[in-house]
Amino acid sequence: MSEALNPDGVPPATEPKSRLRFLIPLAIFIVLAGFLFRGLFLNPREVPSPLIGKPAPQFSLAQLHQDDQTFAPQQMQGQVWLLNVWASWCVACRQEHPLLVELAKDKAVPIVGLNYKDKPDEAKGWLAKLGDPYDLSVKDRDGRVGIEYGVYGVPETFLIDKNGVIRFKQIGPITEEVWTKKMLPMIEELRRS
Amino acid sequence: MKRLIALLMLALPLAVLAADATPTDLDPVAAKRAVDISAQLRCLVCQNQSIAESNAELAVDLRRQVNEQIKAGKTDREIVDFMVDRYGEFVLYKPPFNLTTLLLWLGPLALAVLAVVAFVRTLRARNRAIVERPLTDAERAEAERLLAQVSKEQG
Repeated sequence: MSEALNPDGVPPATEPKSRLRFLIPLAIFIVLAGFLFRGLFLNPREVPSPLIGKPAPQFSLAQLHQDDQTFAPQQMQGQVWLLNVWASWCVACRQEHPLLVELAKDKAVPIVGLNYKDKPDEAKGWLAKLGDPYDLSVKDRDGRVGIEYGVYGVPETFLIDKNGVIRFKQIGPITEEVWTKKMLPMIEELRRS
Repeated sequence: MKRLIALLMLALPLAVLAADATPTDLDPVAAKRAVDISAQLRCLVCQNQSIAESNAELAVDLRRQVNEQIKAGKTDREIVDFMVDRYGEFVLYKPPFNLTTLLLWLGPLALAVLAVVAFVRTLRARNRAIVERPLTDAERAEAERLLAQVSKEQG
């Protein structure tokens, strides 16, 4: 049987160019696998905040411990500070809490707590039991200020500079690693400027 | 009786569904707007539901926010922008058409065009192979021999 004839009447692939064609699916597979592999290490819950680089939204809320006094972010003008969103019903906050207490003990940075959708009594009890790392906490009972800050999970922490601009947002608990590698260097740099 | 109970139990989820996301204190037109806007917005806690479908607390709060803004006379555009300013474009189920989403929107179209081009080229190459390459004498002889063999077997 002569080799020149095959069922489709197509001349047999002899040129090296057409042989390379068989590598195309392999190449596509490798690229696709690369993307999917990268995807394994992305966290879909970490949504980049559009508020980074924007002025922190203004609010005025009653304080947790002194109900007759309010707090507004402009009172922190000239300081680098953290706004930490927390609640007594939030399990991950419990996980984060010892680190915040540690930071407060070292006076590393002023921390203002935004007590998010919580009952004041339970919030106070929680702080009495686990320690209060906050310079002060304010009560966002219906979560309206939370919406202004684009909060969708607790805890969340905003790093705010001297001019009241949000520089960094941590979604979920601040870990030792995030603190030493990201937040602390940023805070030091922002203080110098 | 058993059948009736079963039927009632089957109908139960429908009742729950109907109660979802329907603002009661708005007139019908505004209520429809509220549901339409809520359906466009992703619930960031649950991520695969819109805030109209979700019963997560944040979704409830955001629905309330939508209702309040409708009552305050805001346009649909303004309300959606309010959410995007705070939660980012990720809250939109239908991503806007811009530079970062170019590949997302045009990718499938580009792939389809590519597939059509490849298909047409393959067809043409095949036609050319058939038309432009007549059989050699040896091939013709082989073909005739085979055909003759077939007709002999049949005959």
